[in-house]
Amino acid sequence: MSAPGDSSTKAAMISFVDDHGSFDRQSMLSRLRIDGPQSFFVGPLFWIVAVAVLAGLLIYPVFGSVFLASNLTNFLLNVPLALGLALLWGHCGVLSFGQMAFFGISGYCYGILAINMGGGSLTVLAAAIALAATALVAVAFGYFMFYGRVSGWIIPVLTLVFTLVLETFLGQTAGYEWKIGEALLGGYNGMTGIPSLSIAGLEFNGFTFPLYYLVVILVAALFLGMRILANSHFGHVVVAVREDFERTELLGYDIRRYQLMVFVIAATLAGCSGVLYVSWGNYITPSSVGLLAATLPVLWVAVGGKTSFSAVLISTVLLGLISDSLAVYSGEFAFVLLGALLLFGMMFAPDGIIITMAARVRALIRKGGRS
Amino acid sequence: MGPEFFNILYQFLVNFAFLLFAAMGLIVVLGMLNIINLAHGEFIMLGAYLATLSYHAGIPFLLAIPIAVVGVGIFGMILERLVIRRFYANKLNALVATFGISLILSQGVLLVFGPYLNAIPMPFGGFEYGSYSYSSYFLVLAVGAFGLLVLGWMFFYRTRLGMEMRATIQNKDMARALGVRGDHMDTLTFGLGAALAGLTGALYAPTTTVVPLFGQTFIAPSFITVVIGGGVNPLIGALSSAGFLSTISTPLSSEIGAFAGRIGLMLAALIIIRFLPQGLSHYLQDISLFGWSRFIRKARKS
Repeated sequence: MSAPGDSSTKAAMISFVDDHGSFDRQSMLSRLRIDGPQSFFVGPLFWIVAVAVLAGLLIYPVFGSVFLASNLTNFLLNVPLALGLALLWGHCGVLSFGQMAFFGISGYCYGILAINMGGGSLTVLAAAIALAATALVAVAFGYFMFYGRVSGWIIPVLTLVFTLVLETFLGQTAGYEWKIGEALLGGYNGMTGIPSLSIAGLEFNGFTFPLYYLVVILVAALFLGMRILANSHFGHVVVAVREDFERTELLGYDIRRYQLMVFVIAATLAGCSGVLYVSWGNYITPSSVGLLAATLPVLWVAVGGKTSFSAVLISTVLLGLISDSLAVYSGEFAFVLLGALLLFGMMFAPDGIIITMAARVRALIRKGGRS
Repeated sequence: MGPEFFNILYQFLVNFAFLLFAAMGLIVVLGMLNIINLAHGEFIMLGAYLATLSYHAGIPFLLAIPIAVVGVGIFGMILERLVIRRFYANKLNALVATFGISLILSQGVLLVFGPYLNAIPMPFGGFEYGSYSYSSYFLVLAVGAFGLLVLGWMFFYRTRLGMEMRATIQNKDMARALGVRGDHMDTLTFGLGAALAGLTGALYAPTTTVVPLFGQTFIAPSFITVVIGGGVNPLIGALSSAGFLSTISTPLSSEIGAFAGRIGLMLAALIIIRFLPQGLSHYLQDISLFGWSRFIRKARKS
């Protein structure tokens, strides 16, 4: 947690200056920290719970059903995207409504390549190219936004426009002139029959356990990676950019480069989710890229608590579960409720509902311990 | 004037009016409050719904327009009092909150009124010139856009409230120190922005089917217009930006297709913000019609 003026922010600023002052290469490895001032949930108790949850998820297939695992996979595969937005918005202070667009670019790229390559182990190459393409689009788009030094509201607005334009573009690709090699983009019906990721005959599709394992392990690895990144020198500079970009610039950092780097990291993570989604469902449609879909990442991150990866991870899975079960009754109703959750969340718990509740509990425990 | 030229002029005017109407409310709110209302498209949709529902209740279309303007304006003021004013300290959170509002409004309207309303027939009929046929209503809208600019100018430069608004845009703290009632001003401004959205919705309701996603057609163009125009001077911003963008999109959309026009707008926005990040109005302010005397004075001094 690092609201302005919070003590953890000051700690961050101090350690960030220290890091910069005594930089030596030898201790690079020992500097990799998974706990630090940029994390809300720290300490042995948290890690015990985290490892227990991971162990539970890994053991689950032994007794669980494929159906439930497949559903859980669908919610978990959004976590990379959400972690990316938490880094971008929570840590760097740059709000983007375009994460679903990057999700879609990556998903569509993977689909086109995988269909043309005809499945098999080549799909790994397709995924790699899709991620590279997504990162490239993010570099180009981000260059214009960050290097113009625009005011804060322009980036969310332009990324939203980007999402809308992409949705309109994909929606009008129904004709046969939109056939790329063997792949038919398919307009609003989307692209279907996309081969799942597969390595040496092991297929990662939505109705068997391998994809579940892949997603669980990837999410765990990415979570650790993001914790290390956020508590590293780089992570501290990123937070400094959010807190006061003029001061950070005066300390000698090119803030535009940091913003662009974080933007590209977030886009690539969204791309990861896109590839996993296509591998899970074997299809992708413009509606999973569009305006309604673009609400979801913002919702997950805002409701969880944008500065905490753990809170975002929890809220992504929980809200995925909730909106999925609500949508069974009425899609519109589900979105009205989610919109209300977003609105009231921002009004009464702007730091995130999960983080606010956890902070209350923590304060209660501390008070109880003292008396 | 040849038919070909008239056709291009007509397209240009239609695009220009569309961008101006779509962005005017947004740009006023941006200039005054320095926030972007992401629910602006849904406000436009509400205006269209109010106008269409009033029309079907037997009220003539010309009367349905003010009903929509006042209705959405009041809605905006209530929303400012209840929600928006909590977010002036954190502009990004304001964006997210209005995004939530837009979701509630569009999906709520879908839930309550169903997927579409019966349309209002387009007034004024059409005419032919050369081998092209046109509808007069779009020309009326184009004239209306210029009328809106004139009204805006009169409001901002000839009324006390308008002057106070300009003062607030230039220096909020100083304006307050000189006796401009800040909180009233904020409510009024947001209401004005909403009322302009209501006007847009009502005026464009007869041109297409009124659906809950009615606002979505407006949001991308209106955001781009605002990004390029900037909020330093709402009138100059809206005028210059809508003019610039319709110059770009008119040839693209008539030669290649509506979608190419949209892409052209987005790329233009990206390039403009790279080199003129404050928006056109920031750079045009000194040499504009309204700042002309100041410009001449500066030139004489040097």
